[in-house]
Amino acid sequence: MLTERVRSVTPAPPHRGSAIRDVPLPDTAHDPVTFSVQRLSAWFGQQQVLRDVSIEIPGRQVTAIIGPSGCGKSTFIRCLNRMHELVPAARRSGRVLLEGEDIHARTVDPVLLRRRVGMVFQKPNPFPTMSIRDNVLAGLRLTRQLRRSKADAVVERALRQAALWEEVSDRLAQPGIGLSGGQQQRLCIARSLAVEPDVLLMDEPCSALDPIATARIEDLIHALRDEYTIVIVTHNMQQAARVSQRTVFLLMGELVEHGETDQLFTAPRDRRTEDYITGKFG
Amino acid sequence: MSSTPRRDSVRNRRLLERAFVALCLLAVLLPLGLLALLIGRVLVDAGGRLSWGFLTSYPSRRAAQAGILPGLVGSLYLTGLTATIALPLGVGAAVYLEEYGRRGRLAHLIEINIANLAGVPSIIYGLLGLELFVRTVGMERSLLAGACTMALLILPIVIMASREALRTVPDTLRESAFALGGSHWQVVRQVVLPLAFPGILTGSILAVSRAIGEAAPLIVVGALTYIAFLPRGINSPFTVLPIQIFNWVSRPQEAFMVNAAAGIVVLLLTLLLLNGLAIYLRNRMQKRRYW
Repeated sequence: MLTERVRSVTPAPPHRGSAIRDVPLPDTAHDPVTFSVQRLSAWFGQQQVLRDVSIEIPGRQVTAIIGPSGCGKSTFIRCLNRMHELVPAARRSGRVLLEGEDIHARTVDPVLLRRRVGMVFQKPNPFPTMSIRDNVLAGLRLTRQLRRSKADAVVERALRQAALWEEVSDRLAQPGIGLSGGQQQRLCIARSLAVEPDVLLMDEPCSALDPIATARIEDLIHALRDEYTIVIVTHNMQQAARVSQRTVFLLMGELVEHGETDQLFTAPRDRRTEDYITGKFG
Repeated sequence: MSSTPRRDSVRNRRLLERAFVALCLLAVLLPLGLLALLIGRVLVDAGGRLSWGFLTSYPSRRAAQAGILPGLVGSLYLTGLTATIALPLGVGAAVYLEEYGRRGRLAHLIEINIANLAGVPSIIYGLLGLELFVRTVGMERSLLAGACTMALLILPIVIMASREALRTVPDTLRESAFALGGSHWQVVRQVVLPLAFPGILTGSILAVSRAIGEAAPLIVVGALTYIAFLPRGINSPFTVLPIQIFNWVSRPQEAFMVNAAAGIVVLLLTLLLLNGLAIYLRNRMQKRRYW
């Protein structure tokens, strides 16, 4: 149920310490605009998959990206943590600002960016060589050594956040691969949360899961909304309606419509949005 | 609606099925049988010569007193040295080509060339080793020159097997590791390599086994055949089991044939032992994997 109304979104407040400080700060306290996407286009080789997408993604809310297969949903969120550029022959133009800072700037290290902007993938994919505990710690271990007591605390906190702690606390040393699909996906979410990101990107996180596991992940998204900015790609419109406050509809790489989820689903402004959400195509 | 298949066509299909299985079984049994015959024959021939004394004696003019010690020790040294040189180079090259190098025409060309190199006759590597290591670099006819030559010989196999193993690691795992904020090296070191490791080892074991059995390149590089001492360090002259065997086989006296047979048994056992050890180590490391 979408009981809470979303406050209107203002343009990105300038990042503290950035060059654009002259711009007056908005006088009322709003949720921080976490992402400001400006004229983003993306290509794989010759094929253009995103066309001039401009959009604001507010902080501490869930934004759902919907659209038919191949509309550029995944590419869009993969541009938000610079995963897009890992694909050979991938190109991009336009800007993505994270709290006012251009994430594609020369001075930005994509490795550090990805620690702030975590990602959960379509298929649950715990690291096969690692136990449950090591999977949670993987992101931290990649980058530094941890003391055991600290590590235990991180593992418990992340697993509790991912609502998995009760189920696995007595078998942390067992393989992450041995869990059920839904548990594996929550383990992957815990793994992403353990590095303490600000943003969580989810690329169809439930498409490989059964309805019960899906419901658990959705509950989890609700719980995480207060602390993280979440962007979720989904092909399931009911899911978008259930979990998000804002919805973005992409079609053939173009932004067709975006706005509050309630409004977009009940009173779409664009004919194509209406056709899509009423199931006329897609 | 499709009509039900006629009875004789079903029978035909079953017959075909059986014939195919029989053919496959034959393809398994024939080489196995030949191999068993060969090994049995060698064991019978080697008969009385296999003893502790044979393992611990130096070659001699008198067949009954000749032993295989320098060859055995030389083979062990050479294998160890070859693996030390070839494996880091080969795995490193594979990691670069798979994980870092750009995919393009050049990469494709390199790939084809490596595959071709794996098919070059070993004697050619011997000639290359002679010219390059023995003469140009001036290593003389030493253990090191032999090991370098052997390393060249097995490098293409190590590289190809390692690349194959790295390719089996799903990209989704690499992506996840990148998404967690890993640098390229961290992703390779902590996620990709541990997963590919057993495959890399399997390929390496096969490659090193090949080096144990090779004689041709070493004849050219100059692994002397009569050596009455053990190699003292990597600059020492040396011989290896296959060359000692080759030497005995080429003698006219019947008694040396027995020695050769015994030498073959020792070579086979050495191979088996080294492979067994490598596989044991691999499986022990694999226990930490969960699929």
